[in-house]
Amino acid sequence: MLGPNGAGKTTSIGLMLGLRQPTAGRARLFGLPPTDRRARSRCGVMLQESGTTSVLTVREIVDLFRAYYPAPLPAERAIAMAGLAEQARARIGTLSGGQRQRLYFALAICGDPDVLFLDEPTVGMDVEARRAFVSSVQALAAAGKTIVFTTHYLREAEELARRIVVIDRGRVIADASPQELKGAVPGKKITLVTARPLAREALAGLPVSVLDVTGTRASLLSNEPAAVLRELFRRGVDVADLEVTGADLEEAFLALTRRGEAGA
Amino acid sequence: MSGDARTEAPAATRWPVAPLGRMLLAQSCSEIRTRWRIPAFSVTIVALPVLFFTFFGLPYVGQTLPNGTNLGAYLVASFAAYSVGSVMVFGFGIGVATERGLKVDVLMRATPLPPLIAILAKVINALAYALLSLVVLIVYAVIVGGVRQDLAVWLDMVVRLLAGSVPFIALGFAIGYTCGPNVAPAAANLVYLPLSFASGLFLPVSQLPGFVRAVAPYLPAYHYGQLAWSAVGAASEPMAVALAWLAGYTAVFLAIAFRAYRREESRKFG
Repeated sequence: MLGPNGAGKTTSIGLMLGLRQPTAGRARLFGLPPTDRRARSRCGVMLQESGTTSVLTVREIVDLFRAYYPAPLPAERAIAMAGLAEQARARIGTLSGGQRQRLYFALAICGDPDVLFLDEPTVGMDVEARRAFVSSVQALAAAGKTIVFTTHYLREAEELARRIVVIDRGRVIADASPQELKGAVPGKKITLVTARPLAREALAGLPVSVLDVTGTRASLLSNEPAAVLRELFRRGVDVADLEVTGADLEEAFLALTRRGEAGA
Repeated sequence: MSGDARTEAPAATRWPVAPLGRMLLAQSCSEIRTRWRIPAFSVTIVALPVLFFTFFGLPYVGQTLPNGTNLGAYLVASFAAYSVGSVMVFGFGIGVATERGLKVDVLMRATPLPPLIAILAKVINALAYALLSLVVLIVYAVIVGGVRQDLAVWLDMVVRLLAGSVPFIALGFAIGYTCGPNVAPAAANLVYLPLSFASGLFLPVSQLPGFVRAVAPYLPAYHYGQLAWSAVGAASEPMAVALAWLAGYTAVFLAIAFRAYRREESRKFG
């Protein structure tokens, strides 16, 4: 589940888990209300902004959470999968932010759940922790687990997801495979600084989505940056500085939704 | 509506869940271990009653009350009541507020652990520490203070105090749900210390200032004290009256706790 901050990703996860009540409609997990213990026994959860007591050790709290599930993984295995083997005897209060995030992952998987809900799982992880996390998630997916996770990074979604649901301001704006999505949104971001303020007409008819034009500075999204730039030069736009980068999906989809609103 | 029928899952009734007994055991052990590692809690609840008894009780051990009760035993009963009440008020008050501050409750709510088991584990944990604190106080009073009572009297007192501690659990929840983690310790002290004093748990009610003596019979700790005093034959009201007062206060505190809980619930989880 991909979307910018405030898109409603955490709210959606909360609804799926029965932590929040929908104002309309209803959520079902395995056909059961999400608060049902039978449904929860098949789910592992990693939430943003949740905490644990700090005086227990990693091993102790993993063992505690294992007691909540009917057929948990061995504690050593869950801890190793989260990359915390060396910290197993450490108190939670002594863990770094990234290690703490790994601990929450260990707590999510220790019950050997069929479905994992991970809300922004990689926030706060360092490069190494992230790599370990990615390979664990891929191993779990290969073992037939369903993994629902939220992110605002396109690359993370591409790397891990088979299906991406993009949401913005509480609405689903795309639901497709990573390949399909990449084709549907502009992949490059062009940042221009011009000598004179850029007139809107200078961009007319170009294959771009306009992110922002203020005075002499413009941000554009396009799948054909070379063609766009050629045409801009041909129109005599005086470019003082120029940068072409890969667009992140958040920007791309914001552009798409805003364009949709302007057209409506 | 019939179109929805297939989204229900009658076949799901045979899905395995973890046994509740195992959850309760693991949760209780975890609570007890957690508390043990917080000296601010574990040391305080054991040491304070002993210290108070040393200052306010030991000098009077040899004396007898007008009704013939040994003053030492009476004061042990007083501080025993103080001690169990403090475990409940501080344990639940500060404990619940701290967990809310750390958002432990958010993660717990998404696990298969039923909330009732979580609360039961907290109660078991609190009873264990209350028992520990009572045993230490009584052993100290017997060995150091030379207070003599039959073992049956001490046992009777312990059972009465543990069983009657419900209103203070409710008071703890009320503090824990209305106060943040930084305010809760102060609130618990501000509520519980004057309450204990004015209820005759530090000094016998007869020795309190006049206006406090007038207020005492309306306070929960006064009626809770009766449970302990009755064990040493020094109660000043029938047990039924004390229990009725305690039940009433339980209802009031639970109502406060429940209101605060619901208010937070609607704020946090929409």
